[in-house]
Amino acid sequence: MDTFIQLTLTGLTNGAILALAALGFVLIYKASDVINFAQGEFLLIGAYLMYATIVQIGLPWTLGVLVTMVVAVLLGILIERFVLRPLIGEPIISVIMATIGLSSLLQAVVRIIWGSQPKAFPAFIPSTPVTIFGATVGADRLWAIGIAALLMLFFSLFFRFSKEGIAMRAVADDQQAAMSMGISVKKVFAWAWSIAAVTAAIAGAIVANIVGVGPHLSHFGLRVFPVVILGGLDSIPGAIVGGVIIGLLEAYVGGYIGGGLNQVISFVVLVLILMIRPYGLFGREIIERV
Amino acid sequence: MISGTFHTSYRSDMALRRTWLERLRLGLFIAFVLLFPFVVRKPYPVFLMNQIGIATIGAIGLNILVGYTGQISLGQGAFMAVGAYTAGILTARLGVPWWLTIPIAALFTALVGAVFGIPSLRMKGLYLAIATLAAQEIIIWVVTHWEAVTGGVDALVVPPPMLFGQRVNTDFRFYWVIWPLVGLTALVTANLFRTHYGRAFIAIRDQDVAAEVMGINVFAYKLLAFGISSFFVGLAGALIAHYRSIVTWERFTIETSVLYLAMIIIGGLGSISGSLFGAAFMTLLPAFLTNVGRALQGVIPGMDEFIPYLQQASFGLVIILFLILEPEGLRKIWQDIKNYFALWPFSY
Repeated sequence: MDTFIQLTLTGLTNGAILALAALGFVLIYKASDVINFAQGEFLLIGAYLMYATIVQIGLPWTLGVLVTMVVAVLLGILIERFVLRPLIGEPIISVIMATIGLSSLLQAVVRIIWGSQPKAFPAFIPSTPVTIFGATVGADRLWAIGIAALLMLFFSLFFRFSKEGIAMRAVADDQQAAMSMGISVKKVFAWAWSIAAVTAAIAGAIVANIVGVGPHLSHFGLRVFPVVILGGLDSIPGAIVGGVIIGLLEAYVGGYIGGGLNQVISFVVLVLILMIRPYGLFGREIIERV
Repeated sequence: MISGTFHTSYRSDMALRRTWLERLRLGLFIAFVLLFPFVVRKPYPVFLMNQIGIATIGAIGLNILVGYTGQISLGQGAFMAVGAYTAGILTARLGVPWWLTIPIAALFTALVGAVFGIPSLRMKGLYLAIATLAAQEIIIWVVTHWEAVTGGVDALVVPPPMLFGQRVNTDFRFYWVIWPLVGLTALVTANLFRTHYGRAFIAIRDQDVAAEVMGINVFAYKLLAFGISSFFVGLAGALIAHYRSIVTWERFTIETSVLYLAMIIIGGLGSISGSLFGAAFMTLLPAFLTNVGRALQGVIPGMDEFIPYLQQASFGLVIILFLILEPEGLRKIWQDIKNYFALWPFSY
C-alpha cells in the first residue's frame, strides 16, 4: 500500500509537470495549428533562467520567478514573430521542421551559455519529507501538484472570463469569423506562444527544483506527445487529464513491472490511441482521413 | 541561345537525360566521383565523401516517402537502425558473408518499414508524423532492451568485411562499395518515377482523394512507398554497419531522423539531386565548423568545447533560414543558376 501511494504521488507530480508542458502545446495548436517540437526547450530555458536569476545573480526567488516569466513572454513573442509568422500557409512539414530547428537552436544557446553539466538547484520549495496515508514523500512534490493545479485553475478562468482568453477561443474556433469581429489574429498567436513559454517555464522551474537543472530537461518535449494525443490535440482539459494519466501510468509501470518499460509505455499508448481514437479523449472529432 | 527543348523522336523525348548539356553535367559528376579518391589521396576527404554517399542513399530513401509520396516520417533513424543491426547481427553472430547481409538487411528493413506504414491507412500529415515518432521511440527502445540479440546499449562489434583476404572497409576501398550503390539508388529512383508505381506515389502526394477516384489503391501504394523508402534507408544502415565496424544505438536516435529530414528539406523535396545536395551540405557543414573551430583554437582558447554547440546551433539556424528564405532548397538555387546561364545575357 505504501508503494502504491508513493507511486501515485510520484505519478501525479510528473503528470502535473507534463500537463503544464502540454497546456502550452495545446494552446499553440488550438490557436495556430502548429505542432511545437520546441516545447521541451521552453521548459529547459525556464529552468535555466531560474538558475541564472536565483543562483548566478542572487535575486530572491520571488523576483527570480518574475524575471523568468517576463523573459519567457518575450521569447514567445519573438519566436512567433520571426519564425512562425513567415511560415503561415506553408505545408505542415515546413512548420514541423521549423519548430524542430528552433528546438535545436534553443538547446545549443542554453549549452553555450550554461554548459552541458547538470547543476544543483537551490530548493526554493522545501523538500522536507511529509507522511501521507503512511507513505513518505518530499513536500516539494506536493507543492508541484498544488502549483500545477492552481495554474490550471487560473488558466481555466482566464479562458472563461478575460477578454484575451475569449479572443483566443474565438480564433481557435474560426479564424475568419474572429477577424471579422475585430480580433487581431496575430496578437492571439503571440499570446498563445507567450503563454506556452510561461507555463513551460514554470513547469521547468518545478522540475529543476526536484531533480536539478541540466540539458536533459528538454526530454519533456517528446514526452508531451503521448499526453496531448491521449487528451486530444485541441483540448485543454485533455492536456490535464492526459498528463495525469500518462504520469500515473509511467509511475505504476516503472514501479510494478520495471525493466525500463516505463520509458516506452507512453509511446505504445500513443500508437494505440492513434489507431483507435485519433482525436483523443476530449478532442474534436474532425480528423483528416484517407 | 536556347528557346526551348524540342525533340524529334520518342527515344530522345523519353531519355533520362534529354539534352547534351544535361548529359555533360552528369558525365562531369561521374568523372568527379571516379577520380576523387585518386586525385585527393588523403583519408579524411575520402572519409567525408563516403559519409556523403551513405547519407545520399538514406536521403533518397526518405525523399521517396516524404518528398514524392507526401508521408511525413520521423522514423528514419529507427529504420536505419533496423538495417544496421540486421547486417551487423547476421555477420557477427551468424557468420553470413558481409556482401550478402547488405541486401538482406535492406529487404528486412523494407518489411519493417511497410509494417510501420500501416498507421498511414488512417492518418496523414501531423498525426502520421507523431505516429512515426512513436515508432522511432519504440524501435530504439527494443534495440536497447533486447540484449540477447542486439547487445543492448553496448556497441555491437561487426567483423571487418573481407574480400580475397583483404580488409574492405578502409576509406579508400569502401568508397568503391558505397558510390556504385549511390549510383544504383539514384538510377532506380529516377526510373521508379517514370513507372506507374512512381506516378501513383506522386498522385497520392498531390491529392489523395483524387488518386483514389482515379483507381489507385491508396493504402497499397502507401505501404509500397514505405517499403521502397525503407529499403534504401536500410541499405544505408547496413553500409554504416560494415563501414564503421561498430553499431551503436546512439547513431540512430530521433536526432538522426531530424538530420535526414533536414537534408531533404535543405536539398529539395521530391528530387534526387536535391537529396545529394542536402546530404553533402549537412555532412560538410559540421565538418567545416569543426575545422574552423580547430583553426580558431589558437586565437580563442577553449574554442574546442564550443564546437558541438556551434554545430547544433548552426543546424537549427540553417533549417529555419532555408524554410523562410528558400523553402524549395538547394535544388531551386541550382535551378536558378542554370536558368540564369541558359538565358544569358538576355535574362530579365
